[in-house]
Amino acid sequence: AYRTDEGQPWVLPVVKKVEQMIANDNSLNHEYLPILGLPEFRANASRIALGDDSPAIKENRIGSVQSLGGTGALRIGAEFLRRWYNGNNNTATPVYVSSPTWENHNSVFMDAGFKDIRTYHYWDAAKRGLDLQGLLNDMEHAPESSIFVLHACAHNPTGTDPTPEQWKQIAAVMKRRCLFPFFDSAYQGFASGSLDKDAWAVRYFVSEGFELFCAQSFSKNFGLYNERVGNLTVVGKDADNVQRVLSQMEKIVRTTWSNPPSQGARIVATTLSSPQLFDEWYGNVKTMADRVLLMRSELRSRLEALGTPGTWNHITDQIGMFSFTGLNPKQVEYMIKEKHIYLMASGRINMCGLTTKNLDYVAKSIHEAVTKIQ
Amino acid sequence: SSWWSHVEMGPPDPILGVTEAYKRDTNSKKMNLGVGAYRDDNGKPYVLNCVRKAEAMIASKKMDKEYLPIGGLADFTRASAELALGENSEAFKSGRYVTVQGISGTGSLRIGANFLQRFFKASRDVYLPKPSWGNHTPIFRDAGMQLQAYRYYDPKTCSLDFSGAMDDISKIPEKSIILLHACAHNPTGVDPRQEQWKELAATVKKRNLLVYFDMAYQGFASGDINRDAWAVRYFIDQGINIVLSQSFAKNMGLYGERAGAFTVICSDADEAKRVESQLKILIRPMYSNPPVNGARIASLILNTPDLRKEWLTEVKGMADRIISMRTQLVSNLKKEGSSRNWQHITDQIGMFCFTGLKPEQVERLIKEFSVYMTKDGRISVAGVTSGNVGYLAHAIHQVTK
Repeated sequence: AYRTDEGQPWVLPVVKKVEQMIANDNSLNHEYLPILGLPEFRANASRIALGDDSPAIKENRIGSVQSLGGTGALRIGAEFLRRWYNGNNNTATPVYVSSPTWENHNSVFMDAGFKDIRTYHYWDAAKRGLDLQGLLNDMEHAPESSIFVLHACAHNPTGTDPTPEQWKQIAAVMKRRCLFPFFDSAYQGFASGSLDKDAWAVRYFVSEGFELFCAQSFSKNFGLYNERVGNLTVVGKDADNVQRVLSQMEKIVRTTWSNPPSQGARIVATTLSSPQLFDEWYGNVKTMADRVLLMRSELRSRLEALGTPGTWNHITDQIGMFSFTGLNPKQVEYMIKEKHIYLMASGRINMCGLTTKNLDYVAKSIHEAVTKIQ
Repeated sequence: SSWWSHVEMGPPDPILGVTEAYKRDTNSKKMNLGVGAYRDDNGKPYVLNCVRKAEAMIASKKMDKEYLPIGGLADFTRASAELALGENSEAFKSGRYVTVQGISGTGSLRIGANFLQRFFKASRDVYLPKPSWGNHTPIFRDAGMQLQAYRYYDPKTCSLDFSGAMDDISKIPEKSIILLHACAHNPTGVDPRQEQWKELAATVKKRNLLVYFDMAYQGFASGDINRDAWAVRYFIDQGINIVLSQSFAKNMGLYGERAGAFTVICSDADEAKRVESQLKILIRPMYSNPPVNGARIASLILNTPDLRKEWLTEVKGMADRIISMRTQLVSNLKKEGSSRNWQHITDQIGMFCFTGLKPEQVERLIKEFSVYMTKDGRISVAGVTSGNVGYLAHAIHQVTK
């Protein structure tokens, strides 16, 4: 979760404002939402992902399912795919997740009933970047119709995203091999500070004519973690197909949670549908993104100033909340035990944990770990 | 071509269909008796005062939005367990239970169903009463279980077919799962009396069945939270380690906030810890962790003495209005000159009433009187008000005389 420069959680000012509006609105009650969710939320959420001028929206071939966070959106999508994709109830369809990936991806697809979950090459530890050739190679050799879980931006846990040129190559292979794109978009806006930039890949795939799913989370970019605000955007060939897909997703939702929680959806819908509140929100998002970007550049420059062995441009090349530092398990252990800096054994750090006050200490500690431990 | 060409259109929801048709009707006297939510005597949704107060308190506290634990808000789950089991419950005091927050009743049922599918190896069979809530079957099916049934409702008497139920239940293969509605059976409104519950418990114990209680109306049925939880507590007292799903949608009017809980009564606290760890492993790939708002409201109400007192009064108020509408409907039917026995309307309890009306009669009610209900003759008494009960009685009499 995001932290301020004081190391505190941050409720976005626009969220506080909108919550007060909701609290003061006596016309609101706690009645059930429709099964697929709050209509104003669904439409606005998908519009954010696909863009105001999205051809798919204009052609009325998109659908939305309000879900319990990004996880819930992934699960509904996975349950639908297991029932209806590549045949009926074809649990053998391979599902590919990146190596590494958010560990819950595996569980989501497994619990949805998929039996064959594989990895595709992604992180190149040697060069501390994207293993594009490995990735493309895996796609070339994946069985047709395989499902690929793609991180829309701010890859978790590596922070390493394909460039637009690389995304074009990925899309070309996927189109030729008839592979299904399932985007996980948990950081739109939060990654670069620009909603459009962070949604470039999803929108490119749409413009290339793909049918796809995009699981969206508003946990980070709205700071609404515990309200469980998510959306599954469905892009299809035409309205008729999308309508049938949504009717079946409705059945899945009905046996999972019946209908989604209203508080978070109301906050997001109110914010996104008001030009003024939207601008305020955008400003709040940029505040978070900019702080993380600042911490990245400050950490990198300190490491380079210290002359820490190795290259450190990956700290600023990477994007989003997480960074794969390249520290090995022994170095990580040193950081934890000797310096009381907590990070994952993979060397992943949460950039949000950095503050102007601890930057020097963290940089020095990394320097020590790298020079003392091999 | 599309990946989805072969995807069939899902069937329309029967209950939603009722509301859709009602909305389109221009008759000023129209009544929506399909609605599964409480309405006040003006036919309006009712936000409880204790809920408004709790919301104001929460707003003033300026709390953060950090993720809840996977198992939910601890103050909420503990209070939910205590509400169901009773503060003097040995199972509660000894800690030999685990309660996780669920997405209202549906989500809690689904967590339980998934848990049983994964860890109850003795059987795949879940026995539901005939009839049961329409969503029970697809929930258990999607979790990978098989559905069976036991006799429950007697359409001839519009009441409980107790001998039929006992007969069927006594023949259920050992170690099967049996689902029981704790109170205010949905859709019939027919509940066993306490002596009948005692016999059911004995039989269920003898057959060594796993008991799954669905309690969606505690407090809302009789107006008394302890009375409505009597069966749940009796079974536990008899040494039956039940599993339980709770909803706060109706009794706190928190429908859209999705506040619910799933409980497993265990042999001891250690088993409870192990069960909890597995429940979390099930929840994480479903939605990671639950929504906070409804749980915070419910928790504040249950744990703040003044609010809790106010809640008990308000929930009794809702239950009393429903009971009063039942009484008025029967007396109005008599006044209309109906000679039929309508005692079941007041014998039944909770939000719903199985009127005993046949599909043709229901169709006439819809077409000729704009009175909307589901084809099975189920009405939501919550949709009846002192302003329209006379009209309803008139309409029912016209189609049944």
